[in-house]
Amino acid sequence: MRILHLAFAYLASRPLLTALNVAMLALGVATISFLLVVTHQAEERLTRDAKSVDLVVGAKGSPLQLILSTVFHADVPTGNIGLEESRPIAANPMVASATPVALGDSFHGHRIVGTDESFLALYDARIAQGRMFAAEMEAIVGADVARREGLAVGAKLTGAHGLAASGPAHGDHPYQVVGVLAPTGTVADRLVITSVESVWHVHEEHAPARPEITALLLRYRTPLAAAMLPRAINATTAMQAASPAYESARLLDLVGVGVETLQWFAIVLMASAALSLFVALNSALQERRYDLALLRTLGARPAALAALTLAEGVTLLLAGAILGFALGHGAAHALGWWLAEAASWPVTGLAWAPGEAVLAAAVLAIGALTCLVPAWQAYFSDPASLLARR
Amino acid sequence: MLEIRGLRHDYAGRTVLSVPSWDVAKGDASLVLGPSGSGKTTLLNAIAGLATPTAGSIRVAGREVTGLAPAARDAFRARHVGLVLQTLHLIGVVSVRENLRLAQRLAGSPVDDARIDEVLASLGIAGLGGARAGNISVGEAQRVAIARAVVNRPSLILADEPTSALDDANCAKALALLLDQAAACGATLLVATHDNRIRGRFERRLEL
Ligand SMILES: Nc1ncnc2c1ncn2[C@@H]1O[C@H](COP(=O)(O)OP(=O)(O)O)[C@@H](O)[C@H]1O
Ligand SMILES: [Mg+2]
Repeated sequence: MRILHLAFAYLASRPLLTALNVAMLALGVATISFLLVVTHQAEERLTRDAKSVDLVVGAKGSPLQLILSTVFHADVPTGNIGLEESRPIAANPMVASATPVALGDSFHGHRIVGTDESFLALYDARIAQGRMFAAEMEAIVGADVARREGLAVGAKLTGAHGLAASGPAHGDHPYQVVGVLAPTGTVADRLVITSVESVWHVHEEHAPARPEITALLLRYRTPLAAAMLPRAINATTAMQAASPAYESARLLDLVGVGVETLQWFAIVLMASAALSLFVALNSALQERRYDLALLRTLGARPAALAALTLAEGVTLLLAGAILGFALGHGAAHALGWWLAEAASWPVTGLAWAPGEAVLAAAVLAIGALTCLVPAWQAYFSDPASLLARR
Repeated sequence: MLEIRGLRHDYAGRTVLSVPSWDVAKGDASLVLGPSGSGKTTLLNAIAGLATPTAGSIRVAGREVTGLAPAARDAFRARHVGLVLQTLHLIGVVSVRENLRLAQRLAGSPVDDARIDEVLASLGIAGLGGARAGNISVGEAQRVAIARAVVNRPSLILADEPTSALDDANCAKALALLLDQAAACGATLLVATHDNRIRGRFERRLEL
């Protein structure tokens, strides 16, 4: 249609203003969509990892730190607990399963977790290749670890002391990879899993007199346990009990404040983009009053003039929105790459967050309102009075 | 071709135009003469159906313009009336050819580049089709404005002060082009002006 052609010609006739309008819209959309994608994936990931474990029992200290270190494998542990002291808790009738974890070493940034077979059940992890570890110094690796490090059954790996990528190596105690896990979409993908005894074995020389583990991951047999166990453990033992669900909700709240601030910033950005779009369309309309009158003398209907103005605004709007979503997802994907280097959160820009549909609808609604006023003015412009005034 | 009876146009209770009776035969060229503010543009707007007069009747080719519904009036104007505006206004952001194509499309006809080339050639601006309309000279714009008015072969051409801004030589040339083009498509021509230089070129005149 020639009207559309004309709308593009108008946009192309002021490239700088057009680019500015598209860029402002795109920045607002990109910021919000980036935040939506990243927070949605982080939330999803946190809840998925947290829901496998009902309660963590570990050394006293910050409960958030305990959860971060033993469930999300993202912080240093609060300390260790005695294996003997932990036994009565594991034996409690309200506990369905108790999984020990012994931390301390890592392999190229992937944590080495000393545990037992029940750990795999927590994450519904299945052995895709090879078998479960049996003898000391045998280990299985998560899917991400295997892919990134190029490990297969039969490979050897040497742990480094500490949880950072660059601790001193335990060169004299190599692990033998006997199995590779299928991807689970959980933290298990990023771990090296072995027996508690293997971890003890590596640290034999500076081992304490009594055997210790970092924490016990519990699953409840009954919902009643949630009300009784944590309080009992915290009050009557030297250990601490912390709930992953509660702590991750607290963490999300904490992060949420920052995200909300950024979101407000992005909303202000969008509002100013809408304002600039409005100003641009309006001044274009003023500049073009005579063009519109001329089109009417050529037989154009008022609706065609409104459509012309709308087409211009909607083109800017769509270009800004599409570019914005592309930028937001591109940034999320870049962040994912960068984080993959650091071997922590997997973030992808290739997935949509549920909030983005609302964002798209809001952008279109605000944009439509912005364009509607100039379109309305174009519709009701009177060519006769404009021509008579000259 | 054109019959006006008891035409009156008021703005805010003030009568700015009054034409008791006026007839123009098909193919005639007539002048609407009057000083600035005498209502010439108001008259042309009423004939073109761009404004509704306060009272009276305007019949163009037997059709009562004032009685048409807005959509029918726009369609009638697009198909049967060619307007040359005083400002020669073209849409500057597209080419000369696109300006003429717009006139064709808005008249409901398909784009006919052969007709466009023909009109441009007859006005002596055959090579101008690809030029951006905002970049051409006033003399060229004058011709393009005439081309746009005649491209759809209208039965009525209304020209509002087509020569007022031109020097004597260009005034004569523009008028000649307008008369030629109107004759070429057999259209009735109405020229509104306060320019006394051209009154001698027309036998039929309406003085306002
Ligand atoms: N939209 C309008 N509202 C009020 N008065 C108008 C309007 N258009 C024209 N007029 C008045 O009507 C009179 C005739 O105007 P116009 O037809 O433009 O005269 P001309 O074309 O002969 O110079 C002028 O006095 C002008 O001020
Ligand atoms: Mg006038």
